[in-house]
Amino acid sequence: MSIAGGPAWEAVIGLEVHAQLLTKSKMFCSCRADYLGLPPNSNTCPVCLGLPGALPVANEEGIRLTLRTALALNCEIPEFTKFDRKNYFYPDLPKGYQISQYDLPLSRNGWLEFEVDQRPVRAGITRVHLEEDTGTLHHAGEIQSSTFSLVDLNRAGVPLMEIVGEPDLRTSAEARAYLVALRQLLVYIGVNDGNMEEGSLRCDANVSLRARGSQELGVKVEVKNMNSFRSVSRALDHELGRQAEILEQGGLITQETRGWSELEQQTVSQRTKEAAQEYRYFPEPDLPPLTVSREQVESVRAGLPELPTARRERFVAQFGLALDQARLLTARPRDSEYFEAVVAAGITPQLAANWQLGDLQGLCNAANITVDECRVGPLNLARLLEMVEGHQVTAKVAKEVLGQAFETGASPAELVRSQGLGQLSDVGDISVLVDQVLERNGKAAQDYQGGNDRALGALVGAVMGLSQGRANPEIVNQLLRARLPRPGG
Amino acid sequence: MTRLEAPILELHQQLVDREFSAVELAREALERTGELDPALGSFLRLTPDRALEAAAAADRLLQADPLGAPALCGIPVAYKDVICTQGVETTAASRILSGFVPPYSATVVDRLEELGVVPLGKLNCDEFAMGSSNENSAYQATRNPWDLGRVAGGSSGGSAVAVAARLACATLGSDTGGSIRLPASFTGVVGVKPTYGRVSRYGLIAFASSLDQIGPLAKTVTDAALILTAVAGQDRRDSTSLPAPVDDYLAHLDQGVKGLRLGVPREYLEVGLDTGVRQVFEGSVRMLEEMGAQIEEISLPTTEYALAAYYVIAPAEASSNLARMDGVRFGPGLGSATTLREAYEHSRHEGFGAEVRRRITLGTYALSSGYYDAYYLRAQKVRTLVARDFDRAFAQVDAILAPTAPTAAFRLGERTADPMAMYATDVLTLPANLAGISGVSVPAGFAAGLPVGLQVLGPYLGEVTCLRVARSVEVGAGIWNQLPPVGGGGE
Repeated sequence: MSIAGGPAWEAVIGLEVHAQLLTKSKMFCSCRADYLGLPPNSNTCPVCLGLPGALPVANEEGIRLTLRTALALNCEIPEFTKFDRKNYFYPDLPKGYQISQYDLPLSRNGWLEFEVDQRPVRAGITRVHLEEDTGTLHHAGEIQSSTFSLVDLNRAGVPLMEIVGEPDLRTSAEARAYLVALRQLLVYIGVNDGNMEEGSLRCDANVSLRARGSQELGVKVEVKNMNSFRSVSRALDHELGRQAEILEQGGLITQETRGWSELEQQTVSQRTKEAAQEYRYFPEPDLPPLTVSREQVESVRAGLPELPTARRERFVAQFGLALDQARLLTARPRDSEYFEAVVAAGITPQLAANWQLGDLQGLCNAANITVDECRVGPLNLARLLEMVEGHQVTAKVAKEVLGQAFETGASPAELVRSQGLGQLSDVGDISVLVDQVLERNGKAAQDYQGGNDRALGALVGAVMGLSQGRANPEIVNQLLRARLPRPGG
Repeated sequence: MTRLEAPILELHQQLVDREFSAVELAREALERTGELDPALGSFLRLTPDRALEAAAAADRLLQADPLGAPALCGIPVAYKDVICTQGVETTAASRILSGFVPPYSATVVDRLEELGVVPLGKLNCDEFAMGSSNENSAYQATRNPWDLGRVAGGSSGGSAVAVAARLACATLGSDTGGSIRLPASFTGVVGVKPTYGRVSRYGLIAFASSLDQIGPLAKTVTDAALILTAVAGQDRRDSTSLPAPVDDYLAHLDQGVKGLRLGVPREYLEVGLDTGVRQVFEGSVRMLEEMGAQIEEISLPTTEYALAAYYVIAPAEASSNLARMDGVRFGPGLGSATTLREAYEHSRHEGFGAEVRRRITLGTYALSSGYYDAYYLRAQKVRTLVARDFDRAFAQVDAILAPTAPTAAFRLGERTADPMAMYATDVLTLPANLAGISGVSVPAGFAAGLPVGLQVLGPYLGEVTCLRVARSVEVGAGIWNQLPPVGGGGE
């Protein structure tokens, strides 16, 4: 199969991402925005039910979070913006129109920077605008064969941000990396929970192919129904392959909407352009136009947290970490917050990074939780690492203690004390152990003195074993070398 | 003779003095309605239980605190059926909303009921307020109490007739292109179309959101001012309601017109006025001049385009506003539909009347891609020009005088076959809606035995001036207390 990136064709991909905003209430009424798990149609009122006579009132927090996103995506914020009605009939749309934004969105002309195989890529953002989510429909089995459909309007009116990307992406890997970076950004700035499975973050793609080197755009197909990063990759690969096959046989691409079928692992035609919707956009007369003052823009900008790219660069510069480690530690705000808390407690950054990304992350992965959810808080990890740095416990013991603390939630210091795991650093005590080992291992002692360095390792290991891992390895080393002088050494 | 002939403040005094109780007054209103309304058809439904309950509560307040009781306490009122009332069926005179019982009340209803009014019921109108004669109601045509063979005017025909026949002391209507002022003129009552945004639209079943405004219909200008005072003011549930403080509508009513500059737009006299209407209007203008007003001829040059712009913008908004009536939650059921499209077609075809379907079609067309610029966008530009005409005029004069309609009430059925003739009924009222300004229609005289209204248009938030001029017309004409034949007047 010839796919994009192949010799003849170049892919042109633009993503449209819908993100539910983390507001308390819905976009135009005071019902809860967090609708999951509530009995059907219980999270509703005359406004979001679209009852005759009810009127929308815009949620200012929704506008603020959209501005926040737009600024994080380097967009321009016009002074004048308005809501429009997008008219169409569907049972999940109680008013028969969706309040959205048409020709004067809250923001436009931004960009998102991300990495693909360590290579920086910048893709344009056409616009970020605000609209309302629809309700949900529940069918008996498949929609085509179901004899009824149940309407649940708990989700209707939840604030939904649409982020339209420029067709700047050239491979499915770029598209995936764009989406990963965008999701990371939205979670970072606290506007969206990043949950693609539950649909609070949704992605559609506009996909076309053109002859490599051509500047003209080919006929595009809109691909929907991709609800994970993996399905985005697979759906785009499949769709690009399908289009390449048609073009190579001299065929023409039909402009249409296709859905990704997880079951069939292919895109399936849903609607052709001839049946395209006529949305009859016009300005929403129930909501006055909005003026966004420069002060408001600057106040939102001032409230933006450090963004992932900036934080990653700072971790390299400020803490001297390798880029890979910095990338891992800044993947999610909670990871970097945890790390910075450990460092703030006085731990060497490199040690903190090794432990957080190594042992602790391993334990978390096995338990399928995130680092901020585990029972070892950053201050407890710092206390443990402080004992490692101060040679009060060995690294081996520290690993065991971390495992116990992870399981029980007990404090590492308490675990070390109650189990007598503190490191053995008394020269007299260690000498007794060294003597016992030398008595039993005359051969190894002779080998070492005869020039075999590896023999010393065996002796150190034996002393450590005898101390149940508690002896300070440096002191053991020093004592053994002192007892076994080498000629000329 | 009925107690309901008295103006509100007189009734209030009698209630305070315990000459009769609010319950007695409510019973009288309900009995009178039961007797006279079968011929008139102004009410779609009465709410006697709620009325008597509210009246009993009013009596308790009047007894406990006679001096503190609001002027509207115990006063019988009624609402146009496009205004939502919690627990009371609200249909907008449409079959598609048959059985719809709102779980909430409009802000205007809450505000009036907090003051202790007695709600008698819901009033007939043209379906979804679309019409100029009340003949578009899915349930009944309201008849004019001055001549049962004539229309009440629309779309707030029921609201006008209930006042004209003295069934209610005052009512609420809605005015999108003249729907309060026109029936007020046809039935001889006062009707106020407030500035857009002065009265909350929350709970008003929308016809054209950027034009709709709720307002009072009453026997006298003072009564209308009382009701307007109660319902006006910002409402956080309506983002288009205005934050400006509410003026004192009663304080300036009797200041006369001496020194006021009143404009007469020449274009409004060129629309083919009936002779009788022209005579009443010219007589009123002379009278106001004699009272000391300075009359000036003015020009509103875009008047001839306003009607066309209105019949693009209003249907465009209506086509969207009525989309929620999709048969999923209201309407006549799905019939034999087997697909979603058939279900929509069935419920909307069965549920909506011909005029509503016509306007949905018009509006859908005007908003369609390829036609948007030529119709909707151009109409919006005309709308801006109409508003500028008024701005220029109000730089020159304090208020504008005009006939409310080119004719007095016409015969039932006379214009139903010709939508364009019916639309032209609103030619003198709808420019004020396009511009969002204030207006009052006040009875000015009679032509061939039928009432004729005069319209006072004021600037943005110019209700005080409108009401003051209207009050002078009322005093000068001296006809407010003449009763129609149905209702005890005449022979």
